[in-house]
Amino acid sequence: MGVTPKLGELGVVTTRLEDAVNWARTRAMWPMLFGLACCAIEMMSTQASNYDMSRFGMELMRPSPRQSDLMIVAGRVTRKMAPVLRQLYDQMPEPKWVLSMGDCASCGGVFNNYAIVQGVDEIVPVDVYVAGCPPRPEQLIHGIITLHERIKQERIADWA
Amino acid sequence: MSVQEETVWQGDVEKLRGLVSDRALSGETMVLNMGPQHPSTHGVLRLLLELDGEDIVNCIPDIGFLHTGIEKNMEAKRYEQSITMTDRMDYLNPLGNNLAYCLAMEKLIELDVPPRAQVIRVLLAELTRINSHLVWLGTHALDIGAMSVFLYCFREREKILDIFEMVSGQRMMSTYFRPGGLWRDVPEEFEPAVRDFIDYFPAKVDDYEKLLSNNPIWLDRTQGIGFISAEDAIALGCTGPTLRGSGVNWDIRKALPYSGYEQFDFEVPLGVHGDVYDRYIIRIEEMRQSLRIVEQAIDNLPGGLFRSNNRKYVPPPRAELGHSMEAVIHHFKLWTEGFRPPKGEVYVRVESPRGELGCFLASDGSPRPWRVRFRTPSFVHLSALPHMAKGHLIADLVGIIGSVDIVLGDCDR
Ligand code: SF4
Repeated sequence: MGVTPKLGELGVVTTRLEDAVNWARTRAMWPMLFGLACCAIEMMSTQASNYDMSRFGMELMRPSPRQSDLMIVAGRVTRKMAPVLRQLYDQMPEPKWVLSMGDCASCGGVFNNYAIVQGVDEIVPVDVYVAGCPPRPEQLIHGIITLHERIKQERIADWA
Repeated sequence: MSVQEETVWQGDVEKLRGLVSDRALSGETMVLNMGPQHPSTHGVLRLLLELDGEDIVNCIPDIGFLHTGIEKNMEAKRYEQSITMTDRMDYLNPLGNNLAYCLAMEKLIELDVPPRAQVIRVLLAELTRINSHLVWLGTHALDIGAMSVFLYCFREREKILDIFEMVSGQRMMSTYFRPGGLWRDVPEEFEPAVRDFIDYFPAKVDDYEKLLSNNPIWLDRTQGIGFISAEDAIALGCTGPTLRGSGVNWDIRKALPYSGYEQFDFEVPLGVHGDVYDRYIIRIEEMRQSLRIVEQAIDNLPGGLFRSNNRKYVPPPRAELGHSMEAVIHHFKLWTEGFRPPKGEVYVRVESPRGELGCFLASDGSPRPWRVRFRTPSFVHLSALPHMAKGHLIADLVGIIGSVDIVLGDCDR
């Protein structure tokens, strides 16, 4: 929004509703604490001291889907896990986003076999894909920023 | 299918018979589901709990939520290609898995490993052990409620990952070991980086101990919890810190040395009580001992080859291809077809951070393994979990799960 009160007591700020809502949505987006496999370890590194996701208002990982906005699918999704994942997605309140982290979640990765779902987009709609096996924390952060940029573009007309 | 239908359990009560006690079927005790999405199950473990009030009467693990078909996939790949798969099995111990698989291959084809490669392997395997224990300590403490330890552990872990990235180009899935040695020699910056880490790390381990070892809350939550006796631990097939926590002196590095572990001087810490606290103390001490091994390895790093010269199994270096026809032939053969080991079966075991990691290879003489099978510690320890959990409060269960250090990728593969 870029509003700085320069004239002392500036009590009123004008902005567009879309911008205000989108700003609020991106600045405190709580991811769901949901690790599947190796990628989850890198997701934890992203949370921890060196990369520190709290810079993006995301330090609070909620273990409950009902309190989270973003599902980071970190790891390979097996056929046994797929119904659980879908149920968790259904339990998340709107608005919700999905980030597919790593090759396995995005396309099956090296495991083209009977056990792995070949891309989590077969079961839930994915907003951002992050490549890598596992993606570096920087890559995950880049994915998250990309998602934030997308959210900032959203229009009221589309929400209805 | 609506959400509502999904969430109401419509299963058959009869199916529970045999799994839980009869008291659960009459409604006297409660059956509770924990996981697969639960912050303290370290991945996608599902536990079916039978509770009497807050006491655990029964605990039934349900595994397979991360079954990846790795062993089956490896049968479809050539021996060398499958190394990448092993990293992804126990993802906190990627280099240890590489080591087990490479040792099995080397035993099968009777390939020599130059001393330099052996020492670097040991060095990196021990750094991996520290790395794994750091993740374990961080998450275990987080489960019990100590948040800051998690942040400290991951700070130190980054230093180790930097070393892995330096040698292999990847932070976690490094796939650095190859049959006959290493993928390439370590770079020049490797030695100073390891020495930096050796100087830096001991004070940090002391810090963790200061935070936890005498902390009354930590003691209350860990001492006397999750007890397992030495006999039971042996009978249930426990290995690694879970077995040593009960006072059994069994470490594959000492008992059946591999990859030159007999040259190193280190101690195997042992517990007395076999509870969560003892297993914690052992892992802390193991980090110190691993660091000792790393120090000895870097001090006595021999020169020479980093990979065997046996051209039947090891591709020639790139530089040779320009002027040697023979090298071109070897290169072509190995990269189009792979090597053909003799018929036979081998079993190799290494000490992973969690316990005994065994690799069984069966060859039918073709360039692809006929069968690969891993004996993974997490799988075995999971069967010991109900034994440890029974009779404790449900709140202690997260501590017990943490203390046996289960990695679901290792368990389900
Ligand atoms: S993409 Fe790689 S690191 Fe991530 S879950 Fe798959 S195998 Fe593991």
